[in-house]
Amino acid sequence: MDYVLIWAAIMAFAVFAYVVLDGFDLGIGLLFPFISDQDEKSNAMNSIAPFWDGNETWLVLGGGGLYATFPLAFAVIMPALYAPLIVMLLALIFRGVAFEFRWRARSDAARNRWDLGFTLGSFFATFSQGVALGALVQGISVVDRGYSGGWWEWLTPFSITTGVAVVIGYGLLGACWLIYKTENGLQAFCRQAAVLLTWALGVMIAVVSIWMLFKQDPYMRRWFDYPNYWYLSPVPLLVLLLGVYLLWALKKGRELSPFLSVIGLFALSYFGLCISFYPNIVPPSITIWQAAAPESSLKFLLVGSAVLIPMILAYTAYSYWVFRGKVNSEDQYH
Amino acid sequence: MFELFDAVLAARLQFAFTIAFHIIFPALSIGLASYLMVLQALWLKTGRDIYRRAWRYWVKIFAVIFGMGVVSGIVMSYQIGTNWSVFSDKTGPILGPLMGYEVLSAFFLEAGFLGVMLFGSNRVGRKLHFLATTMVAIGTMISGFWILAVNSWMQTPAGYAINDVGQFIAADWWQVIFNPSFPYRFVHMMLAAYLTTAFLVGGVSAWHLLKDKTNAAAKLMFSMAMWMALIVAPIQIVAGDFHGINTLQHQPMKIAAMEGHFESQNGAPLILFGWPDVAAKTVHGKVAIPKLGSMILTHDPDGYLAGLDAFPEADWPNVPLVFWSFRIMVAIGMCMAMVGLWSMVARLRGRLYESKWLHRVAVTMAPSGTIAILAGWITTEVGRQPYTVYGLLRTVDSVSPLDAPAVNASLLAFVLVYFVVFGAGIYYLFQLFKHTPSLNERDIKMGQPRRAAGITPIQGLDDHSWHSADKNKEDH
Repeated sequence: MDYVLIWAAIMAFAVFAYVVLDGFDLGIGLLFPFISDQDEKSNAMNSIAPFWDGNETWLVLGGGGLYATFPLAFAVIMPALYAPLIVMLLALIFRGVAFEFRWRARSDAARNRWDLGFTLGSFFATFSQGVALGALVQGISVVDRGYSGGWWEWLTPFSITTGVAVVIGYGLLGACWLIYKTENGLQAFCRQAAVLLTWALGVMIAVVSIWMLFKQDPYMRRWFDYPNYWYLSPVPLLVLLLGVYLLWALKKGRELSPFLSVIGLFALSYFGLCISFYPNIVPPSITIWQAAAPESSLKFLLVGSAVLIPMILAYTAYSYWVFRGKVNSEDQYH
Repeated sequence: MFELFDAVLAARLQFAFTIAFHIIFPALSIGLASYLMVLQALWLKTGRDIYRRAWRYWVKIFAVIFGMGVVSGIVMSYQIGTNWSVFSDKTGPILGPLMGYEVLSAFFLEAGFLGVMLFGSNRVGRKLHFLATTMVAIGTMISGFWILAVNSWMQTPAGYAINDVGQFIAADWWQVIFNPSFPYRFVHMMLAAYLTTAFLVGGVSAWHLLKDKTNAAAKLMFSMAMWMALIVAPIQIVAGDFHGINTLQHQPMKIAAMEGHFESQNGAPLILFGWPDVAAKTVHGKVAIPKLGSMILTHDPDGYLAGLDAFPEADWPNVPLVFWSFRIMVAIGMCMAMVGLWSMVARLRGRLYESKWLHRVAVTMAPSGTIAILAGWITTEVGRQPYTVYGLLRTVDSVSPLDAPAVNASLLAFVLVYFVVFGAGIYYLFQLFKHTPSLNERDIKMGQPRRAAGITPIQGLDDHSWHSADKNKEDH
């Protein structure tokens, strides 16, 4: 049994779970300034208040899991992405405390400040994640077992573009979550926003997908060497179909299917990335096997994960079920 | 302007700063989660509303503290990689899985049930709600278990081998986790978390008792806190002594620095106060008790204790810092035990809720646990220098290949953000502490700003002592 492959799959799943779960609650932070009504703002916040902490725990698993199972990748990626990661951490602090502090604020002015912190924190956390993604895709300089690039290597037009793409993507996820969880004015607003963001995301997916092919030779070969393009051509086709379905579902006033469609779009894009990366974990030079921890570590953590991850999924699902249905202002005393 | 410190020192300061801020919140989360679990259990068992009200009072405080713990904790898990990448590469195969287990078995458990605990009281039944609180409390303890296993392994590494690329790899996981200092450190830290919480609860409730000694909720909280002080503080002193003896066995240089012993000797004194002078290799103006140092650490008045002279001077930790932080921690521990005893005397005399001086002292002791925890961690972590993995991996060899300006800039950013954000958080905590526990204590709100008081829950009438005590104060 190849423990390295299993762990690569688990880590890929953890990162995807993070992107989708924290994606929609970060997205709500991005939409926050465009919601004018105070009650609607409260509803938007309440729709994620019981979940955000659990969602962010996947980020901790992403970091901690990488440290445990691919320590070399952790040791190279973290310093390489130093500035965007530090910005992300600081931004997550602002937005995380806003959940509690905005209710504790004594004046409207103070609450508005925390709301601003929530929005800016969400924006910079999202944007940094997108930049970090772009920096990873374009490749990281490595010598021996360490990062060898400079402090600014991550900063390129490409990484800025992926930053914008992720902001749009999370915004769309957030909008579709609110379509599902809210009613009336806020829902109508989110529907309009979602249509706009779907078009924008479509453009960004196309731009980033094509641009990245020219970033590294292996990406181009992965997609266009015979017979790969036959196997892989369903991926872009499905993206197109799902995008059209999403626009249709928004127009028809569906409540849950837009959210699920966006998750589908994320899943396809993410799958495309994984296909492009494989077998590297740090493009262009470190493979998952080179970065992996010794088998004793992988086995030791796998034993527990096999039990704990299904349990986590179960009680996380339970928690979502407890807070099912629409949020409304009548339901705020718990 | 961003080259104030060299990269290693800046990275160390950043870690010290961020972890010192962080540790306060989980320590209180551990204690408060257990306290909330106990209050809820008492409410379920007795049906007395006062327990639920005390729960509602502290759960709001818990929510703020927990939130700050989460966001400051995410920083920790990434900072190991950003600032200490060589350490990450070398220790990942051993420490990574322990942290992985912390995330999987503790963080998710806490986060998964936190929503139900905070916001779910009218969406699930009482027992399920209690189960959620219990899961959060258990999660905080499991988290303590794993993170102290990690820290203890760095102090007293065991069960490892080194592979051909220089990584530590596990030879025996049991020995890795239950390394020689782990049981002592774990017990010492858990007790510290409980004591810190007890003195916070005691201080806050004493403050309300000073204003109104008939406040039933404040009386309940104060009484519970003083029981904890009475019982846990002496246990902590004993646990601390055992921990010290364990440290002597595995890190004698650290003990020498803690004790201010520059010279190895038989029948070493216990230095109470003094000023360690590293250049002169002596402690100035010391007040010492002969032979007591050996007595405590070797249980023999003439026992041999290695001094700092037994180790190369280049390897010494910062002696004055270790010496003084240790004394601060011990002094606070002693004060805690005395407050516990005092409360017992007052209780026996029926003056627990009357003694203004006891209450005043309890108010001043409110932050004592926090200070003691910080002092204790400074003792053990500064005392571990110059190593990250004791005796095996030096701090200077652990750091990321980063330029000093990068680390200095991020240090500055962390300091600014932490003071602004956690400063505000602490301000909001004080507002919550100031709020008198009253008849109208409601569950945490997810929603709009506080409504004016006046919606008296009908259950409020089932507790007469509370009601009569507070009936004049409902409008506050």
